[in-house]
Amino acid sequence: MTEHRDYVGAKMGMWLFLFTEILLFGGLFVLYSVTLGRYPTEFHEASKLLDVTMGTTNTVVLITSSLFAALSVAALQKGSRKTAELFIGLTMALACCFLVIKYFEWSHKIHAGIYPGGETLVQWEPGKQAFFSLYYTMTGLHGLHVIIGMGVFTWVWAMIRLERCTPDHFVALENAGLYWHLVDLIWIYLFPLYYLIT
Amino acid sequence: MNVDAGFMAPGGKSWIREWLFTIDHKRIGMLYLWCIMAFFIVGVFLGLLIRMELFWPGRDFIGPQTYNAVFTLHGVIMIFIVVIPSIPAAFGNIFLPLQLGAEDVAFPRLNMFSFWLYLIGGATALISLFTGGGAPDTGWTFYVPFSAVTTTNVSVAVAGVFILGFSSILTGLNFIVTIHRLRAPGLSWTRLTLFAWALYATAWIQVLATPILSITVVLIIIERLLGMGIFDPARGGDPILYQHLFWIYSHPAVYIMILPAMGVISDIIPVFCRKSIFGYKTIVGSSLAIAFAGSLVWAHHMFVSGMSDTAVMVFSLLTFIVAVPSAIKVFNWLSTMYKGSIRLEPPLVYALGFIFLFAMGGITGLVLGSAGTDMHVHDTYFVVGHFHYVIFGGTGFGMFAAIHYWFPKMYGRMYNRKQAMIAAVLLIIGLNGLYFPMYLLGLQGMPRRYYDYLPQFTPLHQLSTYGSWITFVGLALMLWNLVRSRYKGAPCGRNPWKAATLEWTLPSPPPTHNFDEVPVVTHGPYDYSEVRDDD
Repeated sequence: MTEHRDYVGAKMGMWLFLFTEILLFGGLFVLYSVTLGRYPTEFHEASKLLDVTMGTTNTVVLITSSLFAALSVAALQKGSRKTAELFIGLTMALACCFLVIKYFEWSHKIHAGIYPGGETLVQWEPGKQAFFSLYYTMTGLHGLHVIIGMGVFTWVWAMIRLERCTPDHFVALENAGLYWHLVDLIWIYLFPLYYLIT
Repeated sequence: MNVDAGFMAPGGKSWIREWLFTIDHKRIGMLYLWCIMAFFIVGVFLGLLIRMELFWPGRDFIGPQTYNAVFTLHGVIMIFIVVIPSIPAAFGNIFLPLQLGAEDVAFPRLNMFSFWLYLIGGATALISLFTGGGAPDTGWTFYVPFSAVTTTNVSVAVAGVFILGFSSILTGLNFIVTIHRLRAPGLSWTRLTLFAWALYATAWIQVLATPILSITVVLIIIERLLGMGIFDPARGGDPILYQHLFWIYSHPAVYIMILPAMGVISDIIPVFCRKSIFGYKTIVGSSLAIAFAGSLVWAHHMFVSGMSDTAVMVFSLLTFIVAVPSAIKVFNWLSTMYKGSIRLEPPLVYALGFIFLFAMGGITGLVLGSAGTDMHVHDTYFVVGHFHYVIFGGTGFGMFAAIHYWFPKMYGRMYNRKQAMIAAVLLIIGLNGLYFPMYLLGLQGMPRRYYDYLPQFTPLHQLSTYGSWITFVGLALMLWNLVRSRYKGAPCGRNPWKAATLEWTLPSPPPTHNFDEVPVVTHGPYDYSEVRDDD
């Protein structure tokens, strides 16, 4: 059997997979919108407690990393393997940066007792509790996707090293880039829904 | 001709390396088939245990807690591990590329990964029985709030369901790309087999609906482990939202179960009537219409949950609409048989059993879909009877029809046709004996899932249990016949049924690389004018 290569097929498969990811988060967005409709004031109040500066910084960090991901694909297509590897490294560095900022945000809240079952949160009205339950669930799941994305980029980086992902057959890197854009895109929806609705 | 020819022939490496790490779609499909059959047998025994316990009112064999665990297990195993992957993962994997004239599916390694996820997911679900606080007792729907607070091992069981869902998504994704990209020259969309069309519609449901189930079960785990309270009204959540999310997947999942079976039946009936299928395009259209409309009817499971009256009426109407394409298919199958040259071979007997049992289940589906009558029979044995007619009588019979249709192709041997016929008839009688009394029980008000019941329900429960024994005898005979024939059946040629689809042009069993040269397709799958009597 000859090795089967199908660029269009590989892209099609990736797009289908991205649809499933959107639907996975879609379930949570539905929960968010229903709960927001039920407790608009409480969501407004609770949203004030989030740190807009950190959220904004993270948005910029993630968008920039997405740019680097796109640049790495372009670099590989043009044949410069080294540049592609450099841009993958930068993407991963910014992904780490995103997670570190997220860690500070979360730990700050958790120290203040604002987490499900936490001593501060349990005394608040149900709407605020729902806000933070959804906040931790959705940003947590998104954070997990950031980690998975980093894993994917590590794998592609190794593939480039092993010359299994080359300027002629770059679809693995391109698909990793698509995945990273989706992770970025989901955050771009999460950011206003949680930080900016005050 | 022997059973170890073609793709079944050992390649000189260890069995584990050759089979568990295979990327050959036919071997992966066989692995699925064997696993599904093994789990099916476990599920059957659990079902028999339920029926035995219900033979008399009160305690017969097992206590209430065990009873709850047994029906939950029966549901989880049968739905998630057996019925959902049954036809697409087993027969789809083996025969879709052959029917397309392709070398393999689009992503062979992903295919192997799907199978591994299936194994791991199934194992995880099984592990949940023996660890933690005991087997889950929530029913296969995992409804909150009970699933969030019960001390049994729900988290591990739903983690298994999550992994199985991932496997299902990847199989669907693989099939969509395969059908789009790997059709042989000349194989236009209107020359696809109806089985391939059914798999295509199914694959879209798998890809679009399953992620919602994934997130729902993730939420149960989060709810249980971290106490998030997303479905807890005291903390701003809402348990009805759980039901919406659950059924947005699990209703379309019903069509993941039934559409491939309909595809099998659409492939079988023309072959045994020597007549092109009646209304090819309406069957294709109705498959796609079922996939689409079936995604809009989930809330008909929730008529008594406290939704608004408007929502109830809208979902009731949509439910009626989804019955139309199913009826179109039944009409087309019957029209194909009209004035056909009918050969009553075992696959056709199973197909006829499918049509009858599926119609029995489908018509009572309308009773449940109309809000007024649903209020009366909601959560009674009427529902149990309905979905077993559809799932066992429909998907189960579709699966059996597929096994009997493709068995000679898979093993190069023929089973005992007389025994296969007797088994089919026993199964049809047994299933009616098993499930028809449930309709009557439901109309009289016997609730589902109950461990105990009032004395006046005893005769019908006993009738149902007798039916389960007949069904068991039929299944045992069928399996015995198949297993024995795998080794001792009479060798058969490449095309014993004289069918016109591409897989029958290959030797039985097919070689590993499928086609020596890429076939060029010049006519539709149900054109028998050029079928040769070569063996």
